[in-house]
Amino acid sequence: MKMRSKTILAAAMLMLASGVANAGTTLSMLVDTNQESTAIIDALTKAYNAKNPDISFDIEQRPGGSEGDNMIKTRLATGEMSDIFQYNSGSLFQAIKPEQTLADLSDLKSQANILPVFKNVVTDASGHVRGIPAGPAMGGGIFYNRKVYADLGLKVPKTWAEFMENNAKIKAAGKVAVAQTYGDTWTSQLFVLADFYNVQAQAPNFAADYTANKAKYATTPAAGRGFEHLEEVFKGGFTNPDFGAAKFDDGMRMVASGEAAHYPMLTFGIGNVQQNNPDKVKDLGFFAQPGDDVSKNGLTVWMPSALYIPAQSKHIEEAKAFLDWAGSKEACELMAKVVPSGPYLVKDCQLPKDIPPAVADMLPYFEKDGMTAPALEFLSPIKGPALEQITVEVGSGIRSAKDAAALYDQDVEKQAKQLGLPNW
Amino acid sequence: MMSRRQLYTGIAALIAAIIIFIVPFLFIFLTAVKDKQDASLLTFTLPVNWQLWQNVVEVASARNYMLLLAYFNSSVITVAAVTLIIIFGAMVGYILQRRPSPWNKLIYACVFLGLMVPPAVVPTIWVLQWFGLFKTITGMVFIQVAYGLAFAILLFRSFIATIPRDLDEAAIIDGAKPLQIFFKVILPLLKPVTVTVIVVQSITIFNDFTNPLYYLPGKENVTVQLTLYNFQTQFQTQFNLLFMNILLVTIPPLIVFVFFNRQIVAGMTAGAVKG
Amino acid sequence: MASPKSPYPYWFVLPAAVVFSVLFLVPTLASFWFSLTRWDLFSAQFIGLENYRQFFREPFLVQGLVNTLIYAVLTSGVKTVLGLLLAVLLTSGIWGQGVLRTVIFFPVLVSTIGVGITFSVLMHPTRGLINVVLATIGLHGPAWLTDPELALYSIVIVDVWKGIGLATVIYIAGLASISPEYYEAARIDGATRTQLFFRVTVPLVKPATVTVVTLSLISGLRSFDLIWAMTRGGPGFSSDVLASVIYKQYQAGFYGLSTAGNVILFALIAALILPLTAWFNRKEIEA
Repeated sequence: MKMRSKTILAAAMLMLASGVANAGTTLSMLVDTNQESTAIIDALTKAYNAKNPDISFDIEQRPGGSEGDNMIKTRLATGEMSDIFQYNSGSLFQAIKPEQTLADLSDLKSQANILPVFKNVVTDASGHVRGIPAGPAMGGGIFYNRKVYADLGLKVPKTWAEFMENNAKIKAAGKVAVAQTYGDTWTSQLFVLADFYNVQAQAPNFAADYTANKAKYATTPAAGRGFEHLEEVFKGGFTNPDFGAAKFDDGMRMVASGEAAHYPMLTFGIGNVQQNNPDKVKDLGFFAQPGDDVSKNGLTVWMPSALYIPAQSKHIEEAKAFLDWAGSKEACELMAKVVPSGPYLVKDCQLPKDIPPAVADMLPYFEKDGMTAPALEFLSPIKGPALEQITVEVGSGIRSAKDAAALYDQDVEKQAKQLGLPNW
Repeated sequence: MMSRRQLYTGIAALIAAIIIFIVPFLFIFLTAVKDKQDASLLTFTLPVNWQLWQNVVEVASARNYMLLLAYFNSSVITVAAVTLIIIFGAMVGYILQRRPSPWNKLIYACVFLGLMVPPAVVPTIWVLQWFGLFKTITGMVFIQVAYGLAFAILLFRSFIATIPRDLDEAAIIDGAKPLQIFFKVILPLLKPVTVTVIVVQSITIFNDFTNPLYYLPGKENVTVQLTLYNFQTQFQTQFNLLFMNILLVTIPPLIVFVFFNRQIVAGMTAGAVKG
Repeated sequence: MASPKSPYPYWFVLPAAVVFSVLFLVPTLASFWFSLTRWDLFSAQFIGLENYRQFFREPFLVQGLVNTLIYAVLTSGVKTVLGLLLAVLLTSGIWGQGVLRTVIFFPVLVSTIGVGITFSVLMHPTRGLINVVLATIGLHGPAWLTDPELALYSIVIVDVWKGIGLATVIYIAGLASISPEYYEAARIDGATRTQLFFRVTVPLVKPATVTVVTLSLISGLRSFDLIWAMTRGGPGFSSDVLASVIYKQYQAGFYGLSTAGNVILFALIAALILPLTAWFNRKEIEA
């Protein structure tokens, strides 16, 4: 931070000295605390500042999960948002009323290069694109420790039953089978959300029916499986003893060091290990969450978060210029070098040659057709705000999977009504 | 002359008090002066490296000296609000006590409401916006006054009962006008209960977290409790800085307390007890 | 009735009345209206009592109501009883009682968020100081904040830790106003220490009791800061109280629902405090 203040000071003085009327602009940014996000934003802002010395950045961090959601909503509602902010795409994007709160980015030059699959999840109901991708696409699945698997002679499971068998063997060997980290409540949702590929495989119309209030978690067996998975892991006693208080950092540390064999998480966790335990990155592997059908095994995919500009920003033009560059191939390759943990959403943007093993595990899913499915939040605008608390309850044995599914349906109802969707 | 039992009980009580009340504070202090790795172990040990001053500087200068701005904002709000609460509250307590009238029932009802009813946040934001006071320090001051009046009025009213009317009458005979009677005769005599109100309300307002969270968002408006809340994220793995922040934020109320210690009990005796 | 030129003019009430009405009464009245709408800060749509129905339909909102009552009654009860006992102890002339009075009051000075952060760390199930110390004497400390059965009660303990100083100080003031003659008269009649306590102290310290009970009950019912700082209402929903549920609805953008929650909280407080106060006042008349 001190460096940036000095940079601003130096830039300002330079301007004054050269008699230029236009003094430097500082763009404020709100970013989450995830290591990959911070690394990407750092790289982008430094590079941009080097090319445009009169633009500098003031970066603030916000929590993730529902608390972050709240902060974003409140700041937008009270006109207190920074010039640029990073936030999820998909249903969370829809929930912040983009037509009213965000600047329109449809006419940026770089939009031509951004893959349509991403543009879809940052486009509002009236067809305006409002975001630029801020990272790679992510897979939601299960990290595993290669060494533990090698030592115990385990194979990557293709069905849930195989996964549970592996867990039993790992537990018998005295290790933690599945790390859970409810100190960061958002991490408890993974088993439910990453199961969506399997839900989609069995109930292809679920997303549309769910949005139209025709299908529910409680009454669609395929959908309820995610909750049941969570319940089974808890009941099997496969979790770490401090699961209630452990945090995301602890989870990644445990699976990277071999203390735990599995950790259900999004692939951005790789960045965490790269920063905190870089020598362990090579021990990290990844596989998609298996369903019940061995022939239908694919990856649930998350679109990356995006960078947005609030409509009330006082520096919209400068912010737009920055985002336009951030959406270019050049910026994308810069991001890919810093965070090579998944495919990027800009045309022809290549990952560097040497990527961590976990990423190498993930790429094949993208290369074949039909091996990936977007997560539900990218197919439906409805995501109940209390899901992470409900999943903590299931994962802690407080509530049964059946009750949890029904409870989540009720939570979703509130959100759908608030969004004013038809049929609710 | 102290009996053996009084001595032993006292010592036992002191030991218990140290364990229950002092140890947590010691923990805060010790963690606050450690370096990052040492602090993250969260043990109750002496620091490996004493980093008192470095940590103070690092916390104070984080995010462009946010803490210092917060100190300024919180202090301004506290001083302004407490002053207004005392003046307005005493005036109402004075009238309530000195001038029996049917209006008094209404005033009492309002006071009671003020103590009981949780403020309706969003409508209040709406009202503030209407006056252009949302997200302003002025608005925050008036909010604290509105929320703090009830308690003050009750205390003042009880205490004024102990000031004989003869003093008022003497002043009237001397030709004093109502405002003069109030400010020159009554208010000075209210010192004990004024002190109680100052201590309780300034600690409450300085330590207030939720109200500034709702009514005073914005970086330039940051108040001290909000820095604690923000820095939890910022200093996710830096417990030493987080605890240094707690320590720094506790110092002003501590000063107020030390300053007014004796007078608190005297004020409580008159006000709260006579009820 | 005072003369027209009363030395106690009505307008003295005006400044307070204006601030209070505008910033408190008006929003409270407005909240009754908004609780009947679906509101998103941009527009409000009238939906009658739907918010209230929703509130009572959802299990975790009802759980919040139950937790609120448990929390309020426990914190208030403990502070009242323990406060009086401590006050008696600290006025009985034991060694170091001046220092003790000050020490007990320190937690009152620290902000709730600060206390919440500190105790979250101290109560960590494996690395927190409390369980580490218990382990050295062979006891296995419970998961204070992550065991759903225990979380709410752990927060109650911290709340009492923070607030007992204030209750004790109020009681000390109350005890100081009891004239010693009462004690002497009772002693002459041969009363034991226990009888002195129950027959003299407790009845005569009533004004302080009323203050402590009323203030702590109201603050317990409205409690938010500490719970939010320590568990955010978790694990799951097990330590949610009305105030945190209201805040979560506010955060999620369900403004109408959140305001309805406010009204329900107000109704709850009124339903408990008004009869309680009436009961206290009636007993005073009889006494």
